[in-house]
Amino acid sequence: MSGREFLSGNDAFAIGVCLARPRVISAYPITPQTVVVERLSEMAENGSLDVDFIHVESEHSALSCAIGASAAGVRTFTATSSQGLLYMAECLPYASGGRFPIVMMNANRSIALPWNIYGDQSDSLSQLASGWIQAYAQDAQEALDLALMSFYIAEHPKVSTPYMVNLDGFHLTHTYEVVDIPDDSLADEFLPPYRTDAGIDFNAPKNMAFSAGPGHNAAFKYRQHAAMLRVRDVVTEAEARFAGIFGRRYSGLTEAYMTGDADYIIVTLGAVSGLCRDAADALRARGVKAGVLRIRYMRPFPGDEIARELRGAKAAAVLEKDISVGNAGAVFTETAGVTDTPLSNYIGGLGGEDIAEADILEIFDDLRAGRGGVRFLGIKERIDEESR
Amino acid sequence: MVQVLWRGRGGQGAFTAARMLGAAYISGGGGRFALAFPSFGPERRGAPMSAFTKLSGAPIHARNEIRAPDFTVYLDGTLFTAPSETGVTLVNSPHPVKGAVTVDAWRIAADHKLPTPNTAMLGALAALLDEIAPEETERGVASVLPPRLLARNLDAVSAAREELRSRGPLPRERSEVLP
Repeated sequence: MSGREFLSGNDAFAIGVCLARPRVISAYPITPQTVVVERLSEMAENGSLDVDFIHVESEHSALSCAIGASAAGVRTFTATSSQGLLYMAECLPYASGGRFPIVMMNANRSIALPWNIYGDQSDSLSQLASGWIQAYAQDAQEALDLALMSFYIAEHPKVSTPYMVNLDGFHLTHTYEVVDIPDDSLADEFLPPYRTDAGIDFNAPKNMAFSAGPGHNAAFKYRQHAAMLRVRDVVTEAEARFAGIFGRRYSGLTEAYMTGDADYIIVTLGAVSGLCRDAADALRARGVKAGVLRIRYMRPFPGDEIARELRGAKAAAVLEKDISVGNAGAVFTETAGVTDTPLSNYIGGLGGEDIAEADILEIFDDLRAGRGGVRFLGIKERIDEESR
Repeated sequence: MVQVLWRGRGGQGAFTAARMLGAAYISGGGGRFALAFPSFGPERRGAPMSAFTKLSGAPIHARNEIRAPDFTVYLDGTLFTAPSETGVTLVNSPHPVKGAVTVDAWRIAADHKLPTPNTAMLGALAALLDEIAPEETERGVASVLPPRLLARNLDAVSAAREELRSRGPLPRERSEVLP
């Protein structure tokens, strides 16, 4: 299968994983990720993908198996969502601390309670400190392309860190759109087979996934942090290589849209970014200097890029689909730490709530009027009034 | 951009029709783009649901639900209460409906031994849409359905399209249906 197809984000991502030729997949199905697991198990069954597909009984086991496979030195994939990600949370730092370059797709979905299967970003944003690289796709083409690039970046010897690719549940996983499927020979050219001397080898035994007491622990964490910071350069390298082979160019840890001279900027991530760009276009046509900064990677955090793009703006707002209850959205909190530009926070799209262009225009209106704080889209009462 | 809102009940194939329409449109060449998505949620047979198709000659960035459709298609006439405030409304009904274009898609489906009205409604919509040629609609249907179901569904598409075409000039704007 190659060429121009009409596919869902899940279908596109599964094809991207197939093109990356993982040797082991262990996964447990959960809405809205299920289609990825189904497609890959069909490919394993019909022989189009030469892979050991391990059917496990839970997400905790899915990632535990993936850690074991990655420790054996083979390319390894898993996928999850929402409660599944939380159930494997214990294993996330095992994978990152052990420097196992597993790739995981996470279909962003609300976390219970209230129980809800729809999309928001509460699941992955609750795991920013887990030591995983985190990328957020905005469309199915980028999802497929990240499936290929994620293995290149995770397995890069300067990085050797697991990589979580996030697709907005339903808005990306279940939306059909035009996707260009690369030829598999080009995919092979981009992504050679994974080779490492860090894997289990009976002829050269080594200690893996070990304990480290107070005398050494910080040194390991420091090295892990340093490797994560090297991801920025490796992303640049991977994207240049990708553009050379496939002709599609990506923009590193962030994607700036008309931010250069913008007075008002929305900072956001994932599938809602396109709607924000349409709204910025509409405002530009009315003479308002609006811009959009899309965060493509939350880890490593693009602090330098955000600080640069927001510099000079009169006000900016972070629009995100999560709330760290009792404070603000996680993306806002991190963004506020790198910019002096007046910053407000909009929590929207929780539990799959539809975000309309009118909502985005209202955020820009608030920015122009100097309104700040943490606001929930679609909820009129203000927290400070309610708490009196 | 052409925006189509599909209304149906779980199991009637509304989302499948939404996908077929998008696939049909993009099969016409590299300068065509489409999005198709369902009203997200648990799939329940018989429950009212919506699906959405957006067609454009430029990449489509907005993934939100359609608020002002150019065409609203009721696969199930029992869900219809009033014509959409924007665009043309198409209803699956054996009887005339005030302010809407009708087609008896259950009868066409039955004529072709099909359990769902979706391909007949797609054919009727295609008759109203200048953007899509008959062979593109066929390619869209073929890209979604397994080969064993293809012939009967393509016949249902054609039958519905021809039935509407036989009525003479077809409406493209709401004002042509609702004076």
